[in-house]
Amino acid sequence: MDAPLVHARGLGRRFGEVDALSDLNLSVPEGQITVLLGPNGAGKTTAIRMITGALNPDRGEVRTFGVDPGDEGEDVRRRCGVVSAKPALYDRLNGWDNLAYAAELYGLKDYDGRLREAAARFGIQAALTKMVGGYSTGMKTRLALARSIMHDPDLLLYDEPTSGLDPESSHAVLELIRSMTEDGHTVVMCTHLLLEAEGLADQVVVLEDGTDLISGTPQALTDQYWPGVVVHLDAEQPEMLDRLADAEGVIAYHRSADEGARGTGIAELQIDSLDRVPDLVASLAASGVRLTRVEPRIPTLEDLYFAVREGRSAFAEGNSLGGPDATARFERKRTAPSMNDVAVTR
Amino acid sequence: MNWGRIWTVTRTDLKQLIQAKDFWIPMLILGGIFFLFVPTILLLSITAIGDVQAVAQISQALEVLPQQAQDAVRGDTDAGRASYALAVYLFAPVAVVVPLTISTAVGASTIVGERERGTGEFLAHSPAAVKEIYLGKLLASLIPGYATTLLGFGIYSLVVNLIVGPEVGGWFFPTQEWWVLMLWVVPPFLALTLSIVLRLSARVKSTAAAQQASGLVTLPLILVAYSQSTGALFGAGAASIWIGAVAWVIAIAGLNRGMRVVTRARLLGVADGI
Repeated sequence: MDAPLVHARGLGRRFGEVDALSDLNLSVPEGQITVLLGPNGAGKTTAIRMITGALNPDRGEVRTFGVDPGDEGEDVRRRCGVVSAKPALYDRLNGWDNLAYAAELYGLKDYDGRLREAAARFGIQAALTKMVGGYSTGMKTRLALARSIMHDPDLLLYDEPTSGLDPESSHAVLELIRSMTEDGHTVVMCTHLLLEAEGLADQVVVLEDGTDLISGTPQALTDQYWPGVVVHLDAEQPEMLDRLADAEGVIAYHRSADEGARGTGIAELQIDSLDRVPDLVASLAASGVRLTRVEPRIPTLEDLYFAVREGRSAFAEGNSLGGPDATARFERKRTAPSMNDVAVTR
Repeated sequence: MNWGRIWTVTRTDLKQLIQAKDFWIPMLILGGIFFLFVPTILLLSITAIGDVQAVAQISQALEVLPQQAQDAVRGDTDAGRASYALAVYLFAPVAVVVPLTISTAVGASTIVGERERGTGEFLAHSPAAVKEIYLGKLLASLIPGYATTLLGFGIYSLVVNLIVGPEVGGWFFPTQEWWVLMLWVVPPFLALTLSIVLRLSARVKSTAAAQQASGLVTLPLILVAYSQSTGALFGAGAASIWIGAVAWVIAIAGLNRGMRVVTRARLLGVADGI
C-alpha cells in the first residue's frame, strides 16, 4: 500500500485559552477523497492549515508528501491547492488577474493556457474580465476552485467549499470535486454538512473538540457501528410486531413506546442478513399482522455521525434497541427531519 | 529570496490601488496642494508684489540662514531673493511630508487588510515566503508615495523655474541639494516609516486601528524627516550625504526587524496578540 500523502500524529495547537486542536491523528490516502467531518470549531480549518505548513503545531507532528511542512513549506505548498471557507479572492481585481496572481506566486510560466483551461473546467471563463467584487458567491467559489487546480497540485484541500452556495451550485461544486479524483488528485475536504460527505467521501474522519473521534471508509464505519441490517416496521396493531424479538436471525428488537409514531417506522429490528426480510414478513402475515411499513434501512453518514458523537452505538455496544440512546436517536430522526433525511438515498 | 514573486505581490497590490479611486484621488489632491497650488500662489504673490515692505522683510529674514545658504541665494531684487529662498528652502520639507503621508495611508491597511478580506488565507497557503510578501507589500506602499513625490517634484520644478526663474536670471531648479534630498534622503525615511507601519499593520486587529496607530507613530517621524531634510539643504554639501547615510542604516535595521513580525499566523489572523 502507498504511503499516505498526509500523516499526522498527536497534533495540537492552542490559541490563547482555546485548544483548536488537541490530539489529531490523520492519514490521507493518495488518490482519494478524505472528508473531515465535524461541527464548527472542531479543528477542521486548523488541520488544513497545518497540512500546508501555514500554521505550525504546538505539539505532535505532521508529514505532507513525507516531509515536515514546517521545514519545507514552500515545496509542500507548491504541491497543494487550497480553497478556504471564504473564497479569499481580490474583489478589486478581475477574475483573470486573480488567477494570474496565483499562477505567478506558484511559479508558473506562460500560464495563459492553464488559466483558461482551469476557468473553463469550472465554467467561469466568460466572467474572467469582470471585477470579482461583482461576482455571485457561486462564481467566487468556482473561481477559487479554478485557482486551486491551475498549478496541477497533487493535494487539494477544500475547506467548506460550498459554504453560502444554493443547493444547485453546491451540487455542481461537489460534482466538480468528485471529478478531481478521476484525474488522480487527492482531496481533503472539510465540511459540517453530512449531505456533502455522503456519497463523496472515500474516507471519513469525524472531528470534535480538536481530536479525531473515528476514521475509515464509510462502509467500514457503518459495518463497525451497525453490524447487521436494520429494518423499520409498522403495523396496524404494532404490539403484534413484538413476536419478532424471538424470531430466527433477529439480533435486536425495539418498539417505540409512542404508539402514534410515524416516520422512520415504529419498530426497529436488527437482523443478521437482508435475506431474512421476506421470511419475516411472510411469518408476520401468516400470524395475521397487517404490516403498514417494511423499510430496510442502510445507515447514512448522519446516523454514523450522531452515533459517534454520542460516543456509543446502541447496536454495537449491545445496548439493545430499547436503550435510551437508540430511542433518543429514533426520536430525533422522527421529530426533526433534516434535509439529509429527505435527500440522502442509496 | 524570489524577486519575481516580490514584484508580483507589489504589482498586484498596486493594481488594486489603481482601482481604488476613493483612495488615490484625495492623495493626488494632497500632492497637488503641496507641490502645485500653494507654491504657485505664494511665489506668484511675491514676484507680483515687488519691492514692498513685506517682501523686504522676508529678504532681511534670510540673514538668519546659514552663511552657506545665504551665499547660495540668487537674485538682484528683494522679490527675487525672497522667492528664490522660499522655492529652495521653505518647500523642501514638503518633499518629505507628502510621500510619508501617502505611503503610510497605503501601508497601514496592507497586511491587516489581507486578513480582513480573508485573502491572507490565500497568501498563507501560497509558496511565497513571508519575507517576499513583506517586501512586496513594502514596495507597494512605498511606490505610490515616492512616485507622487517625484511627479510633484517635476511639477514643482517647472512652477519654480517659470515663476522665479525670470527674477534670478534663468532656470535654476532643482539645485544639487534638492537632487540629494529626493534621491538619497527621502527614500530611507520612507522605508523606515513603512517598516514601522507594516509592523503595526501586521499586529493590529483592524484597518481602522492600523490607520490610527500609524498616524500616531509616523507623526514624530515626519517631524524628524522634516527637520533633517531642512538641515540637509541648509548644511554643507556633505551634511545631506551623512543624514541620508544614517537614515539608510536605521531604515535597513528597521526593515530587518519588521520582516520578522510578518508571519503566516498573522496573515491568517490567529497569532497571539492580534
